[in-house]
Amino acid sequence: MIIAKQKELAEILQMLEGKQRIFLTGCSQCATTCKFGGEEEVARMAAALKDAGKEITGTVILDPSCISLKVKKDLRRAPGLQEAEAILVLACGDGCQTVAGNTRLPVYPANDTLFIGEVERVGRFKEVCRACGSCELGWTGGICPVTRCAKGLLNGPCGGSRDGKCEVDPELDCAWILIYEALKERGELDKLRQVRLPRDHRKARRLAIN
Amino acid sequence: MGLREALASGKVVVTAEVAPPKGTDLTAFRESLPYLRGRVDAVNVTDFQSAVVRASSLTLCRLLLEEGLDPVLQITGRDRNRIAIQGELLGAAILGIRNVLAITGDHTEIGDHPGAKPVFDLDAVTILQAAQRLNQGRDLAGNPLRGATDFTLGATVTPCYEPLELQVLKMESKIAAGATFFQTQAVYEVEAMRRFREATAHLGDVKVLVGIIPLKSAGMARFMNKNVPGIRVPEELLERMAAAPDPVAAGVKAAGELMAALLAEGLCDGFHLMTLGREDLVPEILAAAGLA
Repeated sequence: MIIAKQKELAEILQMLEGKQRIFLTGCSQCATTCKFGGEEEVARMAAALKDAGKEITGTVILDPSCISLKVKKDLRRAPGLQEAEAILVLACGDGCQTVAGNTRLPVYPANDTLFIGEVERVGRFKEVCRACGSCELGWTGGICPVTRCAKGLLNGPCGGSRDGKCEVDPELDCAWILIYEALKERGELDKLRQVRLPRDHRKARRLAIN
Repeated sequence: MGLREALASGKVVVTAEVAPPKGTDLTAFRESLPYLRGRVDAVNVTDFQSAVVRASSLTLCRLLLEEGLDPVLQITGRDRNRIAIQGELLGAAILGIRNVLAITGDHTEIGDHPGAKPVFDLDAVTILQAAQRLNQGRDLAGNPLRGATDFTLGATVTPCYEPLELQVLKMESKIAAGATFFQTQAVYEVEAMRRFREATAHLGDVKVLVGIIPLKSAGMARFMNKNVPGIRVPEELLERMAAAPDPVAAGVKAAGELMAALLAEGLCDGFHLMTLGREDLVPEILAAAGLA
Protein backbone atom coordinates (compact mmCIF):
# COMPACT_ATOMS: atom_id res chain seq x y z
CA MET A 1 0.00 0.00 0.00
CA ILE A 2 1.14 3.58 -0.72
CA ILE A 3 0.79 5.65 2.43
CA ALA A 4 0.21 9.41 2.35
CA LYS A 5 -1.15 12.09 4.62
CA GLN A 6 -3.12 15.19 3.84
CA LYS A 7 -1.30 18.50 3.81
CA GLU A 8 -2.45 21.29 6.13
CA LEU A 9 -5.38 23.20 4.63
CA ALA A 10 -3.37 26.42 4.79
CA GLU A 11 -0.72 24.97 2.48
CA ILE A 12 -3.39 23.70 0.08
CA LEU A 13 -5.06 27.11 -0.01
CA GLN A 14 -1.71 28.76 -0.66
CA MET A 15 -1.16 26.48 -3.69
CA LEU A 16 -4.67 27.25 -4.94
CA GLU A 17 -4.26 31.01 -4.60
CA GLY A 18 -5.76 32.77 -7.61
CA LYS A 19 -7.75 29.67 -8.63
CA GLN A 20 -11.43 29.91 -7.84
CA ARG A 21 -13.12 26.94 -9.54
CA ILE A 22 -11.62 23.67 -8.32
CA PHE A 23 -12.18 20.08 -9.46
CA LEU A 24 -11.29 17.32 -6.96
CA THR A 25 -10.04 13.81 -7.69
CA GLY A 26 -9.59 10.90 -5.30
CA CYS A 27 -8.51 7.32 -5.82
CA SER A 28 -10.29 4.02 -5.25
CA GLN A 29 -7.28 2.07 -4.03
CA CYS A 30 -4.62 2.94 -1.41
CA ALA A 31 -6.11 6.41 -0.90
CA THR A 32 -9.52 4.91 -0.10
CA THR A 33 -8.23 2.10 2.13
CA CYS A 34 -5.87 4.39 4.02
CA LYS A 35 -8.29 7.33 4.06
CA PHE A 36 -6.31 10.03 2.31
CA GLY A 37 -8.40 10.26 -0.85
CA GLY A 38 -11.57 8.14 -0.81
CA GLU A 39 -15.18 9.38 -1.12
CA GLU A 40 -15.24 10.57 2.47
CA GLU A 41 -12.02 12.58 2.31
CA VAL A 42 -12.91 14.12 -1.04
CA ALA A 43 -16.29 15.23 0.34
CA ARG A 44 -14.62 16.68 3.43
CA MET A 45 -12.09 18.55 1.30
CA ALA A 46 -14.86 19.91 -0.93
CA ALA A 47 -16.65 21.28 2.14
CA ALA A 48 -13.46 22.81 3.55
CA LEU A 49 -12.65 24.52 0.25
CA LYS A 50 -16.20 25.87 -0.01
CA ASP A 51 -15.86 27.28 3.51
CA ALA A 52 -12.68 28.96 2.30
CA GLY A 53 -14.66 30.61 -0.52
CA LYS A 54 -13.81 28.27 -3.39
CA GLU A 55 -16.27 26.84 -5.87
CA ILE A 56 -16.18 23.07 -6.41
CA THR A 57 -17.05 22.29 -10.07
CA GLY A 58 -17.08 18.53 -9.56
CA THR A 59 -15.39 15.50 -8.03
CA VAL A 60 -14.42 12.01 -9.20
CA ILE A 61 -12.89 8.99 -7.49
CA LEU A 62 -10.49 7.62 -10.11
CA ASP A 63 -10.40 3.83 -10.24
CA PRO A 64 -7.44 3.93 -9.78
CA SER A 65 -5.52 7.19 -10.14
CA CYS A 66 -2.34 5.46 -11.33
CA ILE A 67 -3.37 3.77 -14.60
CA SER A 68 -2.78 6.34 -17.30
CA LEU A 69 -5.23 5.17 -19.97
CA LYS A 70 -8.00 4.77 -17.45
CA VAL A 71 -7.38 8.17 -15.88
CA LYS A 72 -7.45 9.77 -19.33
CA LYS A 73 -10.81 8.15 -20.14
CA ASP A 74 -12.38 8.91 -16.76
CA LEU A 75 -11.25 12.54 -16.82
CA ARG A 76 -12.70 13.02 -20.32
CA ARG A 77 -16.12 12.00 -19.03
CA ALA A 78 -15.94 13.72 -15.65
CA PRO A 79 -18.77 16.26 -15.22
CA GLY A 80 -17.57 19.63 -14.04
CA LEU A 81 -13.97 19.32 -15.19
CA GLN A 82 -14.47 21.64 -18.17
CA GLU A 83 -15.56 24.45 -15.85
CA ALA A 84 -12.57 24.07 -13.50
CA GLU A 85 -9.47 26.27 -13.33
CA ALA A 86 -7.44 23.73 -11.39
CA ILE A 87 -7.47 20.12 -10.16
CA LEU A 88 -6.67 19.15 -6.58
CA VAL A 89 -5.63 15.51 -6.35
CA LEU A 90 -6.26 13.47 -3.21
CA ALA A 91 -4.02 10.52 -4.08
CA CYS A 92 -0.36 9.57 -3.84
CA GLY A 93 2.42 11.32 -5.78
CA ASP A 94 2.02 8.79 -8.56
CA GLY A 95 -1.75 9.34 -8.75
CA CYS A 96 -1.16 13.08 -8.83
CA GLN A 97 1.35 12.86 -11.69
CA THR A 98 -0.87 10.52 -13.69
CA VAL A 99 -3.66 13.09 -13.49
CA ALA A 100 -1.23 15.89 -14.37
CA GLY A 101 -0.09 13.95 -17.43
CA ASN A 102 -3.64 13.67 -18.72
CA THR A 103 -4.95 17.22 -18.47
CA ARG A 104 -3.95 20.72 -19.51
CA LEU A 105 -5.23 22.18 -16.25
CA PRO A 106 -2.80 22.94 -13.42
CA VAL A 107 -2.75 20.04 -10.96
CA TYR A 108 -2.00 20.32 -7.22
CA PRO A 109 -1.33 17.62 -4.61
CA ALA A 110 -3.52 17.56 -1.52
CA ASN A 111 -1.27 14.97 0.12
CA ASP A 112 2.31 14.35 1.10
CA THR A 113 3.24 10.82 -0.01
CA LEU A 114 5.18 9.05 2.71
CA PHE A 115 6.09 5.46 1.95
CA ILE A 116 5.22 1.96 0.79
CA GLY A 117 3.88 0.36 3.92
CA GLU A 118 1.90 -2.18 5.73
CA VAL A 119 -1.50 -1.44 7.27
CA GLU A 120 -1.12 -2.70 10.84
CA ARG A 121 -4.62 -1.60 11.77
CA VAL A 122 -6.92 1.27 10.78
CA GLY A 123 -4.89 4.46 10.74
CA ARG A 124 -1.63 2.77 11.72
CA PHE A 125 0.96 2.17 9.02
CA LYS A 126 4.51 0.87 9.02
CA GLU A 127 7.08 1.58 6.33
CA VAL A 128 8.43 -1.70 5.00
CA CYS A 129 9.76 -1.20 1.47
CA ARG A 130 11.87 1.48 -0.23
CA ALA A 131 11.45 0.07 -3.73
CA CYS A 132 15.24 0.00 -3.91
CA GLY A 133 15.44 -2.17 -7.01
CA SER A 134 17.50 -4.91 -5.38
CA CYS A 135 15.58 -6.97 -2.83
CA GLU A 136 17.62 -8.22 0.14
CA LEU A 137 14.79 -10.03 1.96
CA GLY A 138 16.11 -13.47 0.98
CA TRP A 139 18.88 -13.44 3.58
CA THR A 140 17.42 -11.15 6.24
CA GLY A 141 14.64 -13.24 7.71
CA GLY A 142 12.02 -11.31 5.76
CA ILE A 143 12.87 -7.97 7.42
CA CYS A 144 14.17 -5.20 5.16
CA PRO A 145 17.32 -3.50 6.50
CA VAL A 146 17.34 -0.98 3.65
CA THR A 147 13.99 0.36 4.84
CA ARG A 148 13.75 -0.48 8.51
CA CYS A 149 17.30 0.35 9.61
CA ALA A 150 17.47 4.16 9.79
CA LYS A 151 20.90 3.99 8.16
CA GLY A 152 19.96 1.27 5.66
CA LEU A 153 22.91 -0.83 6.84
CA LEU A 154 23.64 -4.19 5.21
CA ASN A 155 26.44 -5.40 7.47
CA GLY A 156 24.76 -5.61 10.85
CA PRO A 157 23.72 -3.05 13.44
CA CYS A 158 25.41 0.25 14.27
CA GLY A 159 26.32 0.92 17.88
CA GLY A 160 23.35 3.20 18.38
CA SER A 161 20.57 0.91 19.53
CA ARG A 162 19.36 1.06 23.13
CA ASP A 163 17.21 -1.69 24.59
CA GLY A 164 16.56 -2.95 21.08
CA LYS A 165 15.33 0.45 19.86
CA CYS A 166 16.73 2.74 17.15
CA GLU A 167 18.91 5.76 18.01
CA VAL A 168 16.81 7.91 15.69
CA ASP A 169 13.41 7.00 17.13
CA PRO A 170 12.98 5.16 20.43
CA GLU A 171 9.58 3.94 19.21
CA LEU A 172 11.26 2.07 16.38
CA ASP A 173 12.67 -1.45 16.79
CA CYS A 174 16.29 -1.89 15.69
CA ALA A 175 15.82 -3.76 12.40
CA TRP A 176 19.12 -5.57 12.91
CA ILE A 177 18.10 -7.04 16.23
CA LEU A 178 14.86 -8.24 14.59
CA ILE A 179 16.87 -9.76 11.73
CA TYR A 180 19.25 -11.43 14.19
CA GLU A 181 16.36 -12.93 16.17
CA ALA A 182 14.59 -14.16 13.02
CA LEU A 183 17.74 -15.79 11.61
CA LYS A 184 18.74 -17.26 14.96
CA GLU A 185 15.34 -18.89 15.29
CA ARG A 186 15.78 -20.47 11.86
CA GLY A 187 19.36 -21.54 12.54
CA GLU A 188 20.57 -19.24 9.75
CA LEU A 189 22.96 -16.91 11.58
CA ASP A 190 25.68 -17.88 9.09
CA LYS A 191 23.98 -15.51 6.67
CA LEU A 192 25.34 -12.67 8.81
CA ARG A 193 28.91 -13.94 8.44
CA GLN A 194 29.12 -12.88 4.82
CA VAL A 195 30.39 -9.33 4.23
CA ARG A 196 27.86 -7.54 2.04
CA LEU A 197 29.22 -5.29 -0.70
CA PRO A 198 28.03 -1.70 -1.05
CA ARG A 199 24.76 -1.47 -2.93
CA ASP A 200 24.51 -0.62 -6.62
CA HIS A 201 22.47 2.56 -6.47
CA ARG A 202 21.77 2.49 -10.20
CA LYS A 203 19.20 -0.18 -9.46
CA ALA A 204 17.12 2.28 -7.46
CA ARG A 205 17.05 4.70 -10.39
CA ARG A 206 15.36 2.54 -12.99
CA LEU A 207 12.72 5.07 -14.06
CA ALA A 208 10.76 2.98 -16.53
CA ILE A 209 10.15 -0.62 -17.52
CA ASN A 210 8.87 -1.21 -21.05
CA MET B 1 57.16 4.49 17.81
CA GLY B 2 53.71 4.86 16.31
CA LEU B 3 50.52 2.87 16.74
CA ARG B 4 51.46 0.14 14.27
CA GLU B 5 54.78 -0.53 15.98
CA ALA B 6 53.19 -0.36 19.43
CA LEU B 7 50.54 -2.90 18.44
CA ALA B 8 53.22 -5.21 17.05
CA SER B 9 55.49 -4.84 20.08
CA GLY B 10 53.19 -6.58 22.53
CA LYS B 11 53.36 -3.68 24.99
CA VAL B 12 50.30 -2.13 26.60
CA VAL B 13 49.06 0.23 23.88
CA VAL B 14 47.46 3.53 24.85
CA THR B 15 45.52 5.78 22.52
CA ALA B 16 43.79 9.05 23.34
CA GLU B 17 41.15 11.02 21.51
CA VAL B 18 40.67 14.66 20.59
CA ALA B 19 37.77 16.40 18.90
CA PRO B 20 38.34 19.11 16.27
CA PRO B 21 37.10 22.56 17.31
CA LYS B 22 33.67 23.86 16.46
CA GLY B 23 35.19 26.87 14.76
CA THR B 24 38.76 27.74 13.92
CA ASP B 25 40.18 28.36 17.39
CA LEU B 26 42.89 25.77 18.10
CA THR B 27 43.70 26.92 21.65
CA ALA B 28 42.13 23.95 23.44
CA PHE B 29 43.70 21.53 20.95
CA ARG B 30 47.17 23.01 21.40
CA GLU B 31 46.81 23.08 25.19
CA SER B 32 45.99 19.36 25.21
CA LEU B 33 49.15 18.32 23.37
CA PRO B 34 51.69 18.43 26.25
CA TYR B 35 49.52 15.97 28.20
CA LEU B 36 49.56 13.51 25.30
CA ARG B 37 53.02 13.82 23.79
CA GLY B 38 55.30 11.00 24.92
CA ARG B 39 52.50 9.41 26.92
CA VAL B 40 50.24 7.81 24.33
CA ASP B 41 51.00 5.77 21.22
CA ALA B 42 48.45 7.47 19.03
CA VAL B 43 45.63 10.02 19.12
CA ASN B 44 42.26 9.54 17.44
CA VAL B 45 40.62 12.54 15.86
CA THR B 46 36.83 12.27 15.74
CA ASP B 47 34.92 12.72 12.46
CA PHE B 48 32.07 15.18 13.07
CA GLN B 49 31.22 13.22 16.19
CA SER B 50 27.55 13.11 17.20
CA ALA B 51 26.79 14.39 13.68
CA VAL B 52 27.83 17.91 14.68
CA VAL B 53 29.59 20.34 12.34
CA ARG B 54 33.22 20.87 13.35
CA ALA B 55 36.59 21.15 11.62
CA SER B 56 37.48 17.97 9.76
CA SER B 57 39.33 15.03 11.24
CA LEU B 58 41.90 15.10 8.43
CA THR B 59 43.00 18.64 9.26
CA LEU B 60 43.68 17.91 12.91
CA CYS B 61 45.34 14.61 12.06
CA ARG B 62 47.86 16.50 9.97
CA LEU B 63 48.44 19.01 12.79
CA LEU B 64 49.04 16.13 15.23
CA LEU B 65 51.61 14.68 12.87
CA GLU B 66 53.40 18.02 12.77
CA GLU B 67 53.40 17.97 16.58
CA GLY B 68 55.07 14.57 16.64
CA LEU B 69 52.00 12.52 17.55
CA ASP B 70 50.72 9.56 15.53
CA PRO B 71 47.14 10.34 14.46
CA VAL B 72 44.27 7.92 13.92
CA LEU B 73 41.88 9.28 11.30
CA GLN B 74 38.31 8.44 12.29
CA ILE B 75 36.05 8.25 9.27
CA THR B 76 32.32 7.59 9.18
CA GLY B 77 29.91 6.64 6.41
CA ARG B 78 27.37 9.29 7.36
CA ASP B 79 28.58 12.29 5.38
CA ARG B 80 30.45 10.95 2.36
CA ASN B 81 29.71 8.44 -0.36
CA ARG B 82 32.25 5.85 -1.53
CA ILE B 83 33.94 8.32 -3.87
CA ALA B 84 34.51 10.93 -1.16
CA ILE B 85 35.60 8.35 1.43
CA GLN B 86 38.22 6.85 -0.84
CA GLY B 87 39.38 10.31 -1.86
CA GLU B 88 39.65 11.40 1.78
CA LEU B 89 41.67 8.28 2.57
CA LEU B 90 44.04 8.88 -0.35
CA GLY B 91 44.44 12.47 0.81
CA ALA B 92 45.17 11.25 4.34
CA ALA B 93 47.85 8.89 3.04
CA ILE B 94 49.45 11.72 1.06
CA LEU B 95 49.53 13.83 4.24
CA GLY B 96 51.33 11.03 6.09
CA ILE B 97 48.46 9.59 8.12
CA ARG B 98 48.94 5.86 8.71
CA ASN B 99 46.01 4.80 10.89
CA VAL B 100 42.30 4.73 10.09
CA LEU B 101 39.38 3.91 12.36
CA ALA B 102 36.24 3.07 10.39
CA ILE B 103 32.89 3.93 11.96
CA THR B 104 29.34 3.80 10.63
CA GLY B 105 28.54 7.13 12.30
CA ASP B 106 25.73 8.58 14.38
CA HIS B 107 22.60 9.42 12.40
CA THR B 108 22.28 13.01 11.13
CA GLU B 109 19.00 13.34 13.05
CA ILE B 110 20.75 13.31 16.43
CA GLY B 111 23.18 16.07 15.42
CA ASP B 112 23.05 19.85 15.04
CA HIS B 113 21.82 19.76 11.41
CA PRO B 114 19.04 17.19 11.85
CA GLY B 115 17.54 17.83 8.40
CA ALA B 116 20.79 16.96 6.59
CA LYS B 117 20.80 14.09 4.10
CA PRO B 118 22.27 10.97 5.74
CA VAL B 119 24.57 9.22 3.25
CA PHE B 120 25.56 5.76 4.62
CA ASP B 121 26.64 4.62 1.17
CA LEU B 122 29.32 2.66 3.04
CA ASP B 123 29.16 1.34 6.61
CA ALA B 124 32.03 0.58 8.98
CA VAL B 125 32.60 -2.78 7.29
CA THR B 126 32.62 -1.49 3.73
CA ILE B 127 34.80 1.51 4.68
CA LEU B 128 37.33 -1.04 5.94
CA GLN B 129 36.93 -2.95 2.69
CA ALA B 130 37.58 0.20 0.69
CA ALA B 131 40.66 1.05 2.77
CA GLN B 132 41.96 -2.49 2.43
CA ARG B 133 41.62 -2.22 -1.34
CA LEU B 134 43.50 1.08 -1.32
CA ASN B 135 46.24 -0.67 0.66
CA GLN B 136 46.36 -3.24 -2.14
CA GLY B 137 46.72 -0.55 -4.81
CA ARG B 138 43.17 -0.59 -6.14
CA ASP B 139 39.96 1.29 -5.47
CA LEU B 140 36.62 -0.29 -4.55
CA ALA B 141 35.65 -0.57 -8.21
CA GLY B 142 38.91 -2.42 -8.95
CA ASN B 143 40.66 0.41 -10.77
CA PRO B 144 44.45 0.54 -10.26
CA LEU B 145 45.98 3.34 -8.20
CA ARG B 146 49.21 5.12 -8.91
CA GLY B 147 50.66 4.60 -5.45
CA ALA B 148 48.93 2.49 -2.80
CA THR B 149 48.13 3.45 0.79
CA ASP B 150 49.59 1.66 3.79
CA PHE B 151 47.03 2.06 6.55
CA THR B 152 46.73 0.20 9.81
CA LEU B 153 42.99 -0.37 10.02
CA GLY B 154 40.87 -0.33 13.12
CA ALA B 155 37.23 -0.45 14.08
CA THR B 156 34.98 -0.12 17.12
CA VAL B 157 33.12 -2.68 19.18
CA THR B 158 30.66 -2.43 22.07
CA PRO B 159 31.34 -5.07 24.77
CA CYS B 160 28.13 -4.25 26.69
CA TYR B 161 25.89 -4.80 23.65
CA GLU B 162 22.74 -6.90 23.87
CA PRO B 163 22.58 -9.38 22.15
CA LEU B 164 26.38 -9.78 22.38
CA GLU B 165 26.43 -12.52 19.73
CA LEU B 166 25.21 -10.01 17.11
CA GLN B 167 28.01 -7.61 18.08
CA VAL B 168 30.55 -10.42 17.75
CA LEU B 169 29.20 -11.35 14.29
CA LYS B 170 29.73 -7.77 13.21
CA MET B 171 33.22 -7.78 14.72
CA GLU B 172 33.99 -10.85 12.61
CA SER B 173 32.87 -8.96 9.49
CA LYS B 174 35.14 -6.06 10.43
CA ILE B 175 38.09 -8.41 10.84
CA ALA B 176 37.31 -10.06 7.50
CA ALA B 177 37.30 -6.56 5.97
CA GLY B 178 40.75 -5.74 7.33
CA ALA B 179 40.47 -4.45 10.92
CA THR B 180 43.50 -5.41 12.99
CA PHE B 181 42.70 -3.43 16.12
CA PHE B 182 39.53 -2.51 17.98
CA GLN B 183 38.77 0.37 20.28
CA THR B 184 35.78 -0.37 22.46
CA GLN B 185 32.90 1.71 23.73
CA ALA B 186 33.60 2.82 27.30
CA VAL B 187 33.64 -0.02 29.81
CA TYR B 188 33.24 0.28 33.60
CA GLU B 189 33.22 -3.33 34.78
CA VAL B 190 35.82 -6.10 34.60
CA GLU B 191 32.98 -8.59 34.30
CA ALA B 192 31.79 -7.02 31.02
CA MET B 193 35.24 -7.58 29.51
CA ARG B 194 35.40 -11.15 30.83
CA ARG B 195 32.15 -11.93 29.03
CA PHE B 196 33.32 -10.15 25.91
CA ARG B 197 36.70 -11.90 25.74
CA GLU B 198 35.03 -15.22 26.23
CA ALA B 199 32.63 -14.51 23.35
CA THR B 200 35.52 -13.40 21.10
CA ALA B 201 38.13 -16.00 22.09
CA HIS B 202 37.86 -17.59 18.62
CA LEU B 203 38.85 -14.40 16.79
CA GLY B 204 42.61 -14.90 16.90
CA ASP B 205 45.23 -12.19 17.03
CA VAL B 206 43.21 -9.02 17.02
CA LYS B 207 44.16 -6.21 19.37
CA VAL B 208 41.54 -4.85 21.73
CA LEU B 209 41.98 -1.44 23.33
CA VAL B 210 39.37 -0.96 26.03
CA GLY B 211 37.55 2.36 25.96
CA ILE B 212 37.95 4.42 29.11
CA ILE B 213 35.85 7.52 29.83
CA PRO B 214 36.79 8.81 33.28
CA LEU B 215 33.68 9.81 35.20
CA LYS B 216 33.60 13.43 36.33
CA SER B 217 30.48 13.20 38.49
CA ALA B 218 27.67 10.88 39.50
CA GLY B 219 25.38 12.98 37.30
CA MET B 220 27.52 12.23 34.25
CA ALA B 221 27.33 8.50 35.04
CA ARG B 222 23.55 8.66 35.36
CA PHE B 223 23.30 10.64 32.13
CA MET B 224 25.38 8.07 30.24
CA ASN B 225 23.42 5.15 31.69
CA LYS B 226 20.24 6.78 30.48
CA ASN B 227 21.35 8.14 27.13
CA VAL B 228 24.51 6.56 25.72
CA PRO B 229 24.05 3.24 23.94
CA GLY B 230 26.38 0.48 25.11
CA ILE B 231 27.51 2.22 28.30
CA ARG B 232 26.65 0.79 31.69
CA VAL B 233 28.05 2.34 34.84
CA PRO B 234 27.37 -0.05 37.74
CA GLU B 235 25.39 1.20 40.73
CA GLU B 236 28.32 0.65 43.08
CA LEU B 237 30.57 3.01 41.08
CA LEU B 238 27.76 5.52 40.85
CA GLU B 239 27.47 5.57 44.65
CA ARG B 240 31.21 5.89 44.99
CA MET B 241 31.15 8.93 42.69
CA ALA B 242 28.22 10.49 44.55
CA ALA B 243 30.04 10.15 47.89
CA ALA B 244 33.41 11.46 46.66
CA PRO B 245 34.54 14.87 47.93
CA ASP B 246 36.51 15.35 44.69
CA PRO B 247 34.51 13.53 42.00
CA VAL B 248 37.00 14.19 39.16
CA ALA B 249 39.82 12.63 41.20
CA ALA B 250 37.52 9.75 42.14
CA GLY B 251 36.72 9.18 38.45
CA VAL B 252 40.42 9.12 37.57
CA LYS B 253 41.13 6.69 40.40
CA ALA B 254 38.28 4.37 39.37
CA ALA B 255 39.49 4.41 35.76
CA GLY B 256 43.03 3.55 36.85
CA GLU B 257 41.82 0.70 39.08
CA LEU B 258 39.72 -0.76 36.26
CA MET B 259 42.66 -0.56 33.83
CA ALA B 260 45.01 -2.27 36.28
CA ALA B 261 42.44 -5.01 36.94
CA LEU B 262 41.89 -5.61 33.21
CA LEU B 263 45.63 -5.86 32.63
CA ALA B 264 46.09 -8.19 35.60
CA GLU B 265 43.59 -10.61 34.07
CA GLY B 266 44.97 -10.20 30.55
CA LEU B 267 41.62 -9.01 29.26
CA CYS B 268 42.95 -6.42 26.81
CA ASP B 269 45.94 -5.22 24.81
CA GLY B 270 45.67 -1.63 25.91
CA PHE B 271 43.34 1.32 26.36
CA HIS B 272 41.62 4.04 24.42
CA LEU B 273 41.25 7.09 26.67
CA MET B 274 38.29 9.27 25.78
CA THR B 275 38.70 12.24 28.11
CA LEU B 276 36.12 14.45 26.35
CA GLY B 277 38.04 17.71 26.49
CA ARG B 278 39.90 16.91 29.75
CA GLU B 279 43.04 15.61 28.06
CA ASP B 280 44.95 17.10 31.03
CA LEU B 281 43.71 14.05 32.97
CA VAL B 282 45.60 11.58 30.77
CA PRO B 283 48.86 11.59 32.80
CA GLU B 284 46.91 11.09 36.06
CA ILE B 285 44.86 8.23 34.61
CA LEU B 286 47.99 6.48 33.37
CA ALA B 287 49.63 6.96 36.79
CA ALA B 288 46.54 5.58 38.55
CA ALA B 289 46.70 2.52 36.29
CA GLY B 290 50.38 2.01 37.01
CA LEU B 291 51.30 2.81 33.40
CA ALA B 292 53.13 6.11 33.88
